[in-house]
Amino acid sequence: MPTVSMKVNGKDAKADVDPRTLLVQFLRENLRLTGTHVGCDTSQCGACVVHVNGKAVKSCTMLALTADGAEILTIEGLANGAQLHPMQEAFRENHALQCGFCTPGMIMTAVDIVHRKGNNLEEHTIREELEGNICRCTGYHNIVKAIGAGARAMSGEVTKQAAE
Amino acid sequence: MSATGIGAAVRRKEDLRFITGKGQYTDDVSRPGQAHIYFVRSPHAHARIKRIDTKTAAGMPGVVGIVTGAEFAESKLGNLICGWTVLSKDGSPMKMAPHPALAVGKACHVGDPVAVVVADTLAQAKDAAEKINVDYEILPAVVDPTKAAGKGAPLIHDAAPNNTIYNWHIGDHDATAAAFRGAKHVTKLEFVNNRLVPNAMEPRAALAEYDAGTQHLTLWNATQNPHVARLVISAFVGIAPENKLRVIAPDVGGGFGSKIFIYPEEVVCLWAARQFNRPVKWTAERSESFISDAHGRDHVTTAELALDADHKITGLKVKTVANLGAYMSTFSSAVPTFLYATLLSGQYAIPHIYAEVDAVYTNTVPVDAYRGAGRPEATFVVERLVEAAARELDLDPADLRKKNFVKTFPYQTAVASLYDAGDYNASLQKALQIHDYKGFGKRKRESEKNGKIRGIGFATYIEACGVAPSSLVGQLGAGVGLWESAEVRVNPTGSVELLTGCHAHGQGHETTFAQLVAERLGIGIDQVNVVHGDTDKVQFGMGTYGSRSGAVGMSAIVKALDKVEAKAKKIAAHLLEAAEGDIVFKDGKFTVAGTDRSVAWGELALAAYVAHKFPTGEIEPGLKETAFYDPTNFTFPAGCHICEVEIDPETGVTSVVGWTAVDDFGTVINPMIVEGQVHGGVAQGVGQALLEHTVYNDSGQLVSGSYMDYAMPRADNLPSLKVDMTVTKCPSNPLGIKGCGEAGAIAAPAAVMNAITNALGTEKIDMPATPAAVWSTIQQLNKTRLAAE
Repeated sequence: MPTVSMKVNGKDAKADVDPRTLLVQFLRENLRLTGTHVGCDTSQCGACVVHVNGKAVKSCTMLALTADGAEILTIEGLANGAQLHPMQEAFRENHALQCGFCTPGMIMTAVDIVHRKGNNLEEHTIREELEGNICRCTGYHNIVKAIGAGARAMSGEVTKQAAE
Repeated sequence: MSATGIGAAVRRKEDLRFITGKGQYTDDVSRPGQAHIYFVRSPHAHARIKRIDTKTAAGMPGVVGIVTGAEFAESKLGNLICGWTVLSKDGSPMKMAPHPALAVGKACHVGDPVAVVVADTLAQAKDAAEKINVDYEILPAVVDPTKAAGKGAPLIHDAAPNNTIYNWHIGDHDATAAAFRGAKHVTKLEFVNNRLVPNAMEPRAALAEYDAGTQHLTLWNATQNPHVARLVISAFVGIAPENKLRVIAPDVGGGFGSKIFIYPEEVVCLWAARQFNRPVKWTAERSESFISDAHGRDHVTTAELALDADHKITGLKVKTVANLGAYMSTFSSAVPTFLYATLLSGQYAIPHIYAEVDAVYTNTVPVDAYRGAGRPEATFVVERLVEAAARELDLDPADLRKKNFVKTFPYQTAVASLYDAGDYNASLQKALQIHDYKGFGKRKRESEKNGKIRGIGFATYIEACGVAPSSLVGQLGAGVGLWESAEVRVNPTGSVELLTGCHAHGQGHETTFAQLVAERLGIGIDQVNVVHGDTDKVQFGMGTYGSRSGAVGMSAIVKALDKVEAKAKKIAAHLLEAAEGDIVFKDGKFTVAGTDRSVAWGELALAAYVAHKFPTGEIEPGLKETAFYDPTNFTFPAGCHICEVEIDPETGVTSVVGWTAVDDFGTVINPMIVEGQVHGGVAQGVGQALLEHTVYNDSGQLVSGSYMDYAMPRADNLPSLKVDMTVTKCPSNPLGIKGCGEAGAIAAPAAVMNAITNALGTEKIDMPATPAAVWSTIQQLNKTRLAAE
């Protein structure tokens, strides 16, 4: 079996894997990082979104071997220790989750939207950008609100980091 | 109202684990040495299983064991059951055919499991499954419920001649016929209530483990009601005695009804765990969910509404064919009968109603309760009829509704329901105002300028939640009671474990239930831990569905808290050397009335466990109470939803451009959570009306079997929603709660279709009103118009 190695949430990870192992399986089963979920088998639902080298990727659609040498960020690595990421905080504050299953993928996607589209997001932009993430519980109303709020809060984070 | 008490929009306690990826869903649990199970499913809708060749597969790497349906049948386990007996018009019981966990001799729908492979890894199980050769003799299939009972339809089960499960009815046939004879106006419509796939985002999953030393089985299961699962798996299927089976429902990623039921997969996992003495895990792939999770709705209905010269509704006649699929799922019989036809009076005083429901088998996935379960179907019938009648009579649909609303309570409907409280006019008025109903004409003209067609539609719905009392549901044929239990365990430091028989899978019970306990005991919500979803911890409970957790589950908590308070007062009286009757409990303090002598909650809790100097025989040490609560009636939430749509006639695309919901849920514990429930329900209802379509072809293949083909509502299919409330308290439970979980899904389909038919000027369009359907309807109308000119 081939060996795959990558950096996940800042830590080196290495394992021998069946070549057909998907990135999401590697994360969930080899590394026991079960925060990344599988909600469909057709790359539609986005419950499995993680960041690969800084970009949002559906980890159910990427082989673990393809991610060899990459830097991966999962929901477990998003907070700064006990301090939540502003997007995580915004999801809680705005009741943007109910059953919580789509939430990790939603949050990882949301952070990526902000990276690509900036901190002032129009409602229709957020709704269009969420095309690849399905939530069955919330009707998206509060997710859209949370992403707008989280995006604004992330601009505060940037300013704060710059000041430090 | 305190900052965290009843009525406060407290942020959820459960969210931290979900936003940090620390939730524990069934598939996140792994046990040492676990094997994986793969279900070999029939690719045919109806086929005789002539032979299953497993020889090559058995020798494949990692294979632990392979079991066919016939081999599984040798274990002599019981079948899966439908737990609600419905009688036909002639008094005969419903015709329930056997439902073995693995098909024996014949497969009855695409997805019917015929064999399983257990292997060290899932990939190995799948590889081996590919080498299993099943020799099928394909039989003719029937998928259309209106053809299932007809001549020439293939017989699916010997137990059900004409594929008919029951011919049920309710109401007064003769009186209703007389009302129609005397009617001034009759509105008649035909509807298809489209079949839906529930699609909770967490696929169903099961992990079973056997402890050979204690002969105990443990099942981790994505279920909405672990205790009922344990009861059915023990008492009916006979896997293990109840005391040797523990069912744990950890975090569950949505249910919407689909995780109420007891399915083949958990039964087979439990059996295999013992058989092979290995933990056995199964997690559905989404394509597997589509062909194995119970579907929802699937009615074909003809309905007529009679009105007099004064526009008063005088009668309603309904004839429905309900498709229950290939087997009877756990509660399927009750959905198109007691959960449907008993709500056909809507919010209206209709003196005479008669409804007939024929339930049939077809070669499709079983159909059972899905968010709203029967009540969306009933609301759709009534609200589409009333809206159409208003158009035919050239009346404002709001006015026709007002004229016919039930105005005095209690109100006994013609279909058994006894409405206890409500103010339907208040929610309608508030919705009209919030929505700016008066401004619709102006908005319509604006749309016209842009080449778009605007429409507006109402749904003034009624719902029945917290199905109860147990004595009544027993009379109606239910095999279970529908009470709920609660246990309040006070710790020596005054913090509390609250054990509930309800189960949360997105509803936020860990927060709302804590709010109730915290307010009552004068402690912080962080001092209350809500424990649920484990049969070894909670004694028994009926789970969560039908918006019952507030109305029934929280009532049980109130009752347990009453008992805790009563005992605490006894202890306080002893500690304060006062008479029990003089003790007042307020703001977390027990005080002797009229004095400043008091003992705080925390001190009292400690005293209860230290128990020094307790008068022996008078006061038992400890502070823990249990209660079972059985409500006196269903609850009847109601409200008014207004939907505004804009249609692009060039493409047929319908955009929902405005939504106002004004609901009466009685007492609201946490408005933030309640609003969230409305949002989610509306999204599912809009999904049904515009997007979601479960398509079987004539040979019984599910054509819409993945998210590539089955259109789930996305963020850009929905607008922001205006959600507000009115309150009339429910008299049948101590908190006055009515329930909020299903309202959106009940109101939305009718509101959307009323808006679309208003825009198009025709009643003839079925759900889902996809762009193709709307565009074709517009073309047809244009053709007819041109021909007339």
